[in-house]
Amino acid sequence: MEQTALATAPDEIEEKTRIGVYVCHCGLNIAQTVDCQMVAESAARFDHVIVSKDIGYACSEPGQQQITDDILEHSLDRVVIASCSPRLHEPTFRHMIKEAGLNPYLLEMANLREQCSWVHMNEPEAATAKAVDLVKMAVSRVRQLRPLYEEVLPLTKRSLVIGGGIAGIQTALDLADNGFDVVLVEKKPSIGGTMAQLDKTFPTMDCSI
Amino acid sequence: MTDGGRHPRITLLTMSEVVEVKGYVGNFQVKILKKARYVDEKECTACGECTKVCPVVWPDEFDLGLSSRRAIFSPFPQAVPSAYVININECLGHNPVVCAKCVEACDKGCINFHLSDEEIVEEVGSIIVATGLEVYDPTELDEYGYTRFENVLTSLEFERLINAGGPTKGELIRPTDRKRPRSIGFIQCVGSRSARKGGNYCSNVCCMNTVKSTLMLKEHYPDMEIKVFYIDIRAFGKGFEDLYRRSRRLGVQYLRGLPGAVEETPERTLTVAVENTVTGRLQILDLDMLVLAIGIKPASSTQKLQEMLGLQLSPDGFFLEAHPKLLPVDAATRGLFYAGCAEGPKDIKESVTQASAAAARAIRLMHEGKITSEPITSMVVPEHCKSCGKCAEVCPYNVITVDVKKKIPAVVNTAACAGCGTCAAECPFGAITMNHFTDTQILQQVEALLEEDPREKILAFACNWCSYAGADYAGVSRLQYPPNVRLIRTMCSGRVDERFIWHGFLKGAPVVLVSGCHIGDCHYIDANHWTEKRVKKVHKKMSKLGIRPERLQLEWISAAEGLRFSEVMKRMETLRQGVTQDEISETIEILKNQKK
Repeated sequence: MEQTALATAPDEIEEKTRIGVYVCHCGLNIAQTVDCQMVAESAARFDHVIVSKDIGYACSEPGQQQITDDILEHSLDRVVIASCSPRLHEPTFRHMIKEAGLNPYLLEMANLREQCSWVHMNEPEAATAKAVDLVKMAVSRVRQLRPLYEEVLPLTKRSLVIGGGIAGIQTALDLADNGFDVVLVEKKPSIGGTMAQLDKTFPTMDCSI
Repeated sequence: MTDGGRHPRITLLTMSEVVEVKGYVGNFQVKILKKARYVDEKECTACGECTKVCPVVWPDEFDLGLSSRRAIFSPFPQAVPSAYVININECLGHNPVVCAKCVEACDKGCINFHLSDEEIVEEVGSIIVATGLEVYDPTELDEYGYTRFENVLTSLEFERLINAGGPTKGELIRPTDRKRPRSIGFIQCVGSRSARKGGNYCSNVCCMNTVKSTLMLKEHYPDMEIKVFYIDIRAFGKGFEDLYRRSRRLGVQYLRGLPGAVEETPERTLTVAVENTVTGRLQILDLDMLVLAIGIKPASSTQKLQEMLGLQLSPDGFFLEAHPKLLPVDAATRGLFYAGCAEGPKDIKESVTQASAAAARAIRLMHEGKITSEPITSMVVPEHCKSCGKCAEVCPYNVITVDVKKKIPAVVNTAACAGCGTCAAECPFGAITMNHFTDTQILQQVEALLEEDPREKILAFACNWCSYAGADYAGVSRLQYPPNVRLIRTMCSGRVDERFIWHGFLKGAPVVLVSGCHIGDCHYIDANHWTEKRVKKVHKKMSKLGIRPERLQLEWISAAEGLRFSEVMKRMETLRQGVTQDEISETIEILKNQKK
């Protein structure tokens, strides 16, 4: 359907692409359901995968050190971390590969915890099969990733605080005392919010205003 | 409060509402509507001469109607700014024949009926949402008789009655006879922890608010009989247990069980029927006054702001934080933070703590005066662009410029591009590359997924902010669902190109799911409208080609809807089981022929 040349032709994969795959146990969070060693062994057979290992805690300092060492030793240029949700640790691992000299965007994560071991706890075999698939998908994707570069943009050093109750007032004061200009917007004719309506407040039993 | 009003770095805009927010982290343009006060804020000395002559009397909203005020008034004695204000809907107007008495009374000439609403535009780098709360209205809980009996009050009304600045100058009286009550009962969890009426969550402050109230009463009126009806007392904060014990020591009776019914006697006292769950006995009590410890609800402005800023809500209706433990004051959208009850019920100390945390997070973002932007943006390949203008039409941020008449290829302003990828999905010529989510990158994932036993698998696209997060939430909640689901993450469901879906079917996918944020909740303003349109279009084409349209599903799943996610996955599995190998093979044939 309305396919164009651009849409389907895979970008040329340079033959020298070297991928490292790390399957994290996350203690027992992943490993008690998913056979991490088996997943790592399967991944070793995928094209361009040079190193494939299971690892206790990928995010721990020794874990990161091991991956960093591998990147340098095996001249890896792309990394797949099969662990938790990228919403949690993607920044961690991007930072790690950057430190190892790679572009931080040459990383892909396979979500083996939130979207596999934790949701298929009673089906270890099916979960392991899924984990292999998720890693395979991640490897296919990481092969195609291209280095990207962050842009530095100007920023307005001012804040808008919406709401002039105790929280809004405190935020505005903290920002202002740190030298930032603040626009404090309040719907009512006075700031104070619900707090101003209260009599003495616990635990100090002093006046609320 | 006064510090907030006079800090040289704080521009205080009262009677104001944010009506529009444009831009992105570091560079927001905010439109604010400032309503006219009709009194010069700077000149007014709050002498009060105007109020004395105003003939219009209204219930005072600050005292919750327990006292009255005039049409020109000061909200409360310590108000900031201290200037008076005219409620123009109540005022008789400035025609000297009709009234205008306040104009005459004001020596300084502060009152100006010609003032009008103003629109203010501000440029800011970060936004803190501190919209607070609304209290629960107990009208619907008729068993407590709030609307029927005058001596049944809410806890906030009670606060006004014992406040030295309140309508009775702090003297507690019964509304019916204006005498001091000899006995008083507090009913806890009104509008909280109920699956039936009000919120099903704990409102966090009501227990301690009641404990405090009982201490205030015992301090002023040691002989007063005080009873507290509760489910359990949650005195979890620092020093709270001490206050609770002190209250018990002073003779306040804590009775476990919520009243079933409240009736009024001819003497206007209240008969309370309650099952004491400690003794297992039904008790009938006679009390002079009842106070309903009402819960906390999200502010009424929440939904409007949520849509304006592209924020997410928790199932209880408060704003959803980016991470419940590690990013408790950050919104998922960069540059936006929460403080106070906007994010969930909390007491003053917690609100202040969170407010300082939000300020620190905002400073962390802004202190360098520059910001690095994620390079996940779209890019036009000029050689392929036919200048049709489709991309500019669909861009939710209006950051693509293209000259359709002069056939000048489209250009993306990458600094302002948020990276939803809708343009790349809608471009009919494949001329837009969405960095980090290119066609090739996604199609390769589709292929890897369907390489072996495609008939057994469920191909699901999920947007990063809602549906993928919803899947994570299902994981955190350990909600089990069929293990043959394979998710492909895109930043927005708007990125899911028609071609990805066709490619999935061509490679033997029995079913395909496209999932995103609910309409109105899209992280990219309204990009998911295009997802909806696109899926409808594909459905039509499927019917035409003789492929069952049910095999492509579209679902909206929010970040908080883990349960919904797991249920949708179960539905997808049922759907998948209904697709035979023959049907899949036939689809592949149809699509292959189409391609030729």
